[in-house]
Amino acid sequence: MLEKTNVKILDKVVVRFSGDSGDGMQLAGNIFTNISAGIGNQVSTFPDYPAEIRAPQGSLSGVSGFQVSVGTGVYTPGDQADVLIAMNPAALKQNVKFLRPNGVIIVDIDSFKESDLKKALFETNEPFKELGITAQVLEVPVTSMTKNALAESGLDNKSMLKCRNIFALGLVCWLFDRPLESALHHLKTKFAKKPAIYEANAKVIQAGYDYGHNIHASVSTYRIESDEIKPGVYTDINGNTATAWGLIMASEKAGRPLFLGSYPITPATDILHELAKRKDLGVKACQMEDEIAGVCSAIGASFAGNLAVTSTSGPGLALKSEGIGLAVMAELPLVIIDVQRGGPSTGLPTKTEQTDLMQALYGRNGECPLAVVAPATPTDCFTMAFEACRIAVEHMTPVVLLTDAFIGNGSSAWRIPEADEYPEIKPNYVPEELKGNWKPYIRDEKTKVRYWAIPGTEGLAHRLGGLEKDAVTSAISTDPINHEKMVYTRKEKIERIADNIPALEVSHNVDADTLLVGWGGTFGHLYTAAEELNKEGKPVAFAHFRYINPLPANTAEVFAKYRRVIVAELNTGQFADYLQSKFPEVKFERINKVQGQPFLVKEVIDGVTKIMEGK
Amino acid sequence: MEETKYTAANYKSDQSVRWCPGCGDHAILNSLHKAMATVGVAPHMTAVISGIGCSSRLPYYMNTYGFHTIHGRAAAIATGFKVANPEMTVWQISGDGDGLAIGGNHFIHAVRRNIDINIMLLNNKIYGLTKGQYSPTSDRGFVSKSSPYGTTEDPFIPAELVFGARGNFFARSIDVELATTQEVMVAAARHKGASVVEILQNCVIFNHGIHNHITDKEFRADRTIHLRHGEKMIFGKEQNMGIVQDGFLLKAVEIGKDGYTIDDVLVHDAHCQSNFLHQQLAMMDGYDLPLAVGVIRDVEGLTYNEEIDKQVAEVRAKKNFTSLRDMILAGETWEVK
Repeated sequence: MLEKTNVKILDKVVVRFSGDSGDGMQLAGNIFTNISAGIGNQVSTFPDYPAEIRAPQGSLSGVSGFQVSVGTGVYTPGDQADVLIAMNPAALKQNVKFLRPNGVIIVDIDSFKESDLKKALFETNEPFKELGITAQVLEVPVTSMTKNALAESGLDNKSMLKCRNIFALGLVCWLFDRPLESALHHLKTKFAKKPAIYEANAKVIQAGYDYGHNIHASVSTYRIESDEIKPGVYTDINGNTATAWGLIMASEKAGRPLFLGSYPITPATDILHELAKRKDLGVKACQMEDEIAGVCSAIGASFAGNLAVTSTSGPGLALKSEGIGLAVMAELPLVIIDVQRGGPSTGLPTKTEQTDLMQALYGRNGECPLAVVAPATPTDCFTMAFEACRIAVEHMTPVVLLTDAFIGNGSSAWRIPEADEYPEIKPNYVPEELKGNWKPYIRDEKTKVRYWAIPGTEGLAHRLGGLEKDAVTSAISTDPINHEKMVYTRKEKIERIADNIPALEVSHNVDADTLLVGWGGTFGHLYTAAEELNKEGKPVAFAHFRYINPLPANTAEVFAKYRRVIVAELNTGQFADYLQSKFPEVKFERINKVQGQPFLVKEVIDGVTKIMEGK
Repeated sequence: MEETKYTAANYKSDQSVRWCPGCGDHAILNSLHKAMATVGVAPHMTAVISGIGCSSRLPYYMNTYGFHTIHGRAAAIATGFKVANPEMTVWQISGDGDGLAIGGNHFIHAVRRNIDINIMLLNNKIYGLTKGQYSPTSDRGFVSKSSPYGTTEDPFIPAELVFGARGNFFARSIDVELATTQEVMVAAARHKGASVVEILQNCVIFNHGIHNHITDKEFRADRTIHLRHGEKMIFGKEQNMGIVQDGFLLKAVEIGKDGYTIDDVLVHDAHCQSNFLHQQLAMMDGYDLPLAVGVIRDVEGLTYNEEIDKQVAEVRAKKNFTSLRDMILAGETWEVK
């Protein structure tokens, strides 16, 4: 332990809360995030929780973690934690690898008894020694202090123990100089319907804070810098909520009601939850009997004239394939959200990966092209969900939105957009001048998009279906030349979306020889790595793709400027393979990771350095 | 039937019908055109949605909104359609393979949810489009291309699934009985909620005569009974047979024989909340007891689509925001100046 108070001023700090999955670590982490965002910090979170809802108490498989980075220049939840809170030996064992050297560990020493150590499979009674921990360890009697604080509350033992997480939160608030008023406000909202529980937690958070204050002579304290951020009204948002809200914004801008057909699946279910709540905005969210019914009800709703969406994760996308093919054939607008997780099969349900790219692009029978977009950050899920809808409705096509567990669950402070910040979406309705002569496959010759005839409209009754259709009338056609024409028309329709999406941007050292390339949810890590590399005197430019199919129109032009192009992604090289097939003249170098975990910035820096040095 | 401003011709498309000559689907299509004219919902307010199979070609022959979708999924697609556009009248056309095998899950859930669609289940006990394999309604031991030594499994009885899924409407007809088919289609359309109509249909190519033991003109009157709400359950060429209750079971008796009088004969109550007798009636198979046609069960219930609309209206009335931005601003926010 340190001898004197040592106030550090940091631009950012990373805190990792860990405990049993029943210990409330996600709640403690969330409140800490919200308080920090509220005082002007940038925040980025990474909830890392087990697939088991309640694994045996105290066991290694039941450990739940929540990592958050707060401060300025925050684009990722951080490679390594500055402070680790471990509520039991299992949490310590599982999480110590995420702590930076010279970090601080806070443990609930009351839960480090012999029996607790056994549950976490420690072989000795010296867990810190056994793990080779040299970091500063703060042994705090969290359990007993929580119980002391609640001695007169009248709560039973079980209820008292449930407040341990909030004691730890109080201590962390003191450590990082977070205002307790704000924490109390969040607790009050959380326990609005249980005033007794709120009172208990309010008492306990104060006790934790005071404990930190009382022992402050023996711990380092941090002050975290706040950022200068764009004026506006902010809220804390995670990627899944942002996705749901982006869809609603698109529904408002397109003037079509929003329909969701879905089936619960980790880590996408929060989108269903949020949209189910949004019946208060007229959203119809239906929990169907299976994944197939999820996409099929959405296709029915799309044919009926709604902005229709289905949400899922990898295994569900596989089940929806045939339905998506029908929407491609019928040329109906449809948004398919895949919050990617580790695969194949059931794989790693709660962990992140970018391994569904090929499935999204090609995972259907026949020549079956569709649009694919991928948000870069939790808040970008809002923009790209909006974009997915805009492309779907304006180009009469299914669009896959590829998010992932990392950005879906991760959160950031988000400036609420003004009403006019997003453009109007213009559904491709049957034009007046065509009425009377309209046929289902007549197209806008510029975009190759057919028109949307909304059922209930007189004079536009028509039949669609999965069988190949005549290129004009939509009558069933098995004519070979007609089929080939339709195959190429559907392909070209998707390619021409490139005229209706923004150009690819290049950042950092644009004149460098080396271009670092990424796509989707890895943005924060790659952006930060590019920054660090340039600081280290290794010049790199950085380009991040959010539009995957079609690619932005200037993509070839961008690649042509660089001698070396490195694609970093969380799979074995799917995007690099895709780019290689499109741009055979470019040699794509690769940095890959498939561990169910996001990149560490350091891994990207090392990977780029190795390639630059020709190793 | 009563007059509306539409005739059957208003519902016919210009496509030539491609079913085999003699296929039962022709008669069913004609019955549907007529039933729609009787119901009187405009063609542009009508949607016909099908899966895959011979019968699922039907939407192409309708001058309404139509969607020929993928195998087994018609019920799910029709559900989404109705929820999204509840003003439309929605018909689903499925065969026994499409509706009860690959689409069995969607079928039972559509019935359970009580989505307001009319499900026409064309039962020919065979896969026709794939050229003659047994279906989930084929009898045990049925010989087909995929069961050359006979099947080793029991069939579904569609009515049993409907009642098992707590269905509120079940009716039955036979393809050749155009008036009955039309009658039950109209009743299905007028029923609010999931209405299932089973139509026994003949496949002339792969399963010719499968329903003959019931449908043959020679003994159809003796082996079928046309149930009508509020009327005595009487059948037979001579109209001298009746259905009576015998302990826990139903029994066919000759009126005026063995002490049975017309007073013993049951009066059909399609609107009875309990489905106990409806099930007994629907299970009659034309052997010991006559096969029931007509509307067997027709009970009011809350519909999925109306309850969604009601809930949306209720929660919207309680909130003081109407846009996404206002909803977010009503939550937890902070301002940066």
